[in-house]
Amino acid sequence: MQDDRQPILSVRNLKTSFFTDEGIVRAVDGASFEVHLGQTLGIVGESGCGKSVTALSILGIVPRPGRIVEGEILLRRETGNGQSQEVALTSLGDSSSEMRSIRGAEIALVFQEPMTSLSPVHTIGNQIIGAARLHRKLTKQEASELAVELLSLVGIPRAEGAIDAYPFQLSGGLRQRALIALALSCDPRLLIADEPTTALDVTTQAQILDLLRSLQEQNGMAIMLITHDMGVIAEMADQVVVMYLGRVVEEGPVDTVFGESKHPYTQSLLRSIPSIHSTPKVQLPTITGTIPHPYNRPAGCPFHPRCPDVMPGVCDHHEPELQSVGDEHLVSCFLYHPVPETSS
Amino acid sequence: MENDNVLLEVKGLRKYFPIRKGFLQRAVGQVRAVDGIDFHVYKGETFGIVGESGCGKTTAARCIVRALQPSAGEIHFRAGGGEMTDVANLSRDELRPLRRHMQMIFQDPFSSLNPRMTLFDIIGEPLLVNGMADRQQRIERVEELLALVGLRPEFLQRFPHAFSGGQRQRIGIARALALNPSLIVADEPVSALDVSVQAQILNLLLALQERLGLTYLFVAHDLSVVKHICDRVAVMYVGRVVETAETQQLFESPKHPYTEALLSAVPQPDPTLRSQRIILEGEVADPANPPSGCYFHPRCRYAVDLCREQTPVLEEVEPGHAVSCHRVLELDLAGTLDAPVPQTAHS
Ligand SMILES: Nc1ncnc2c1ncn2[C@@H]1O[C@H](COP(=O)(O)OP(=O)(O)OP(=O)(O)O)[C@@H](O)[C@H]1O
Ligand SMILES: Nc1ncnc2c1ncn2[C@@H]1O[C@H](COP(=O)(O)OP(=O)(O)OP(=O)(O)O)[C@@H](O)[C@H]1O
Ligand code: SF4
Ligand code: SF4
Ligand SMILES: [Mg+2]
Ligand SMILES: [Mg+2]
Repeated sequence: MQDDRQPILSVRNLKTSFFTDEGIVRAVDGASFEVHLGQTLGIVGESGCGKSVTALSILGIVPRPGRIVEGEILLRRETGNGQSQEVALTSLGDSSSEMRSIRGAEIALVFQEPMTSLSPVHTIGNQIIGAARLHRKLTKQEASELAVELLSLVGIPRAEGAIDAYPFQLSGGLRQRALIALALSCDPRLLIADEPTTALDVTTQAQILDLLRSLQEQNGMAIMLITHDMGVIAEMADQVVVMYLGRVVEEGPVDTVFGESKHPYTQSLLRSIPSIHSTPKVQLPTITGTIPHPYNRPAGCPFHPRCPDVMPGVCDHHEPELQSVGDEHLVSCFLYHPVPETSS
Repeated sequence: MENDNVLLEVKGLRKYFPIRKGFLQRAVGQVRAVDGIDFHVYKGETFGIVGESGCGKTTAARCIVRALQPSAGEIHFRAGGGEMTDVANLSRDELRPLRRHMQMIFQDPFSSLNPRMTLFDIIGEPLLVNGMADRQQRIERVEELLALVGLRPEFLQRFPHAFSGGQRQRIGIARALALNPSLIVADEPVSALDVSVQAQILNLLLALQERLGLTYLFVAHDLSVVKHICDRVAVMYVGRVVETAETQQLFESPKHPYTEALLSAVPQPDPTLRSQRIILEGEVADPANPPSGCYFHPRCRYAVDLCREQTPVLEEVEPGHAVSCHRVLELDLAGTLDAPVPQTAHS
């Protein structure tokens, strides 16, 4: 395995916006984080905070009218003989041949929307065989065996038969598993999984998470796991990034973020989870207020209109920055940092 | 059981899909997606259906709202407080007046919304179809519904693609609520939502239920959510119901080995509790070619010879608690109370 300190992916101050007729949606607004080989980075945050757009940005497939407006995405690629080199994905064209050879091969994506990423007119088997042969030197026979193996690995019964199925013939969960098999078929070094087990029941989820973990142990694959399920994050992640309105508000090792969360947003998130041990039918604590209008971001700390600990005059005037509060633990909140002298 | 409080009663419901092969697409077998299920839902309650991926939950839900034609069985539904009607075999025309009383919220907020329709059209469509011709009146109702599910009224003329997953699911819920139905069949309504919005939607569903006397048939795989919102639960395995009980009862003392495994597999939001789950061994059962006897036997750690040979039937072992397992009386299974209580960081 490679030196732990050299991330396979570094995202620095990424800003991706959608330029719609009504205004600019700053979907990702200055996100920074790193993903390491052999590790899992969990990304959590409220719906619409920019998790999927972050993933799309990394792969260079942000749909119009969106585009990356600032920041760097660096991928460490192997150049053979044990050397590696950082490539700035942000400076490659989205449809350049280099980007195409990275997408699906070195970086694979499991989409949040299985129906839109599987072709409805091709069988599951042909899609996997096609993808595998596009990026790896395999005969048709080998690719077909790989497809069956992958489909049974992700827990699809009757895998020999399932390769002949079309996506609409599969249940939501089976489709999701087929998609995971498709992503794994290219043996990626970085797997970006956007809500990969959301459509699955717990026992299958346990199986898939187990599979991802063992693949990671075997080949040191890095995983960027996007999910709203705090249970899955607790189970899988080494590092956690909490996003709010396009920004990273807290980041750290999983035990720290769950055990000693510092940001008021992270704390509220953890409180709002129903647990099998909590009292049923009571209203769950939610985060007060609504998600701000995407065209109209609040000034100062983006969380201030909903924050239980807001300090008027401070949080609504100044923007906190992600700063260290402990070992590898970063938080963006004035409860922990001095307020800057000049307003921003 | 013919009880005034029963809103929905499902008897022997089956749905088989043909497996087609070859150039002529001849049927060479069938997938027993739903293979004879019975349950009833009381007015005003939330009845949960849980079970493994592909066990037939969505198929059952779609049969009940008659988006699919059942292969066999009865679906008795009390529309608008009247008599129970078997809707399993009604024609399109006969169904039309009943449809507004049962609405569905879908699992996949992406494919269930027409990308070429604005929110106003999507949510207003059922109003229009059901005779609310006045545009201004529809606008007001749609705005009201948007507010109800936490979306901004300005979004009225927006198309669904510009919304994130969570926002799109709210749109689906607003649409389902448009006609004030009595039964909402919700297929994984919160599984695509992040936790804080999930909490809001669950609170919303609970509040709406209280205010409007709604009844929910709630399909979900997240057992924490089921525990939070459901009064009673049915656990399905490969097209059949293996256990039904009041929620508390089911979680505290499950009586089917599959339920026990399910409960142990719930990921806890606490990294210190990693890997305390039972990972089910063995092949996932194939509904096209199910195992002999008890469908769960290849994966059951309590299986005995009898289990391979005979199919157990769903039987009431205590009032309101029915189980389909040969060994139900001997086994002492672990519920969630036996699990360590997680220390949530901030409670
Ligand atoms: N094609 C688009 N046009 C305009 N705005 C968009 C588009 N796609 C996404 N957005 C906006 O970008 C923001 C981030 O969306 P994104 O899909 O990344 O959220 P997310 O964090 O993945 O949410 P979820 O948990 O619901 O999937 C949202 O405000 C969304 O409305
Ligand atoms: N149109 C169809 N043709 C053939 N088989 C089908 C069809 N629809 C569903 N099936 C099969 O029926 C079974 C039950 O599917 P269903 O969608 O009801 O499962 P589910 O319990 O909702 O699963 P999930 O949790 O993954 O959503 C699966 O084996 C599925 O492959
Ligand atoms: S900076 Fe202020 S408003 Fe923002 S999270 Fe911290 S306390 Fe709350
Ligand atoms: S009948 Fe036998 S195999 Fe089936 S659940 Fe009971 S003990 Fe297990
Ligand atoms: Mg997303
Ligand atoms: Mg389903």
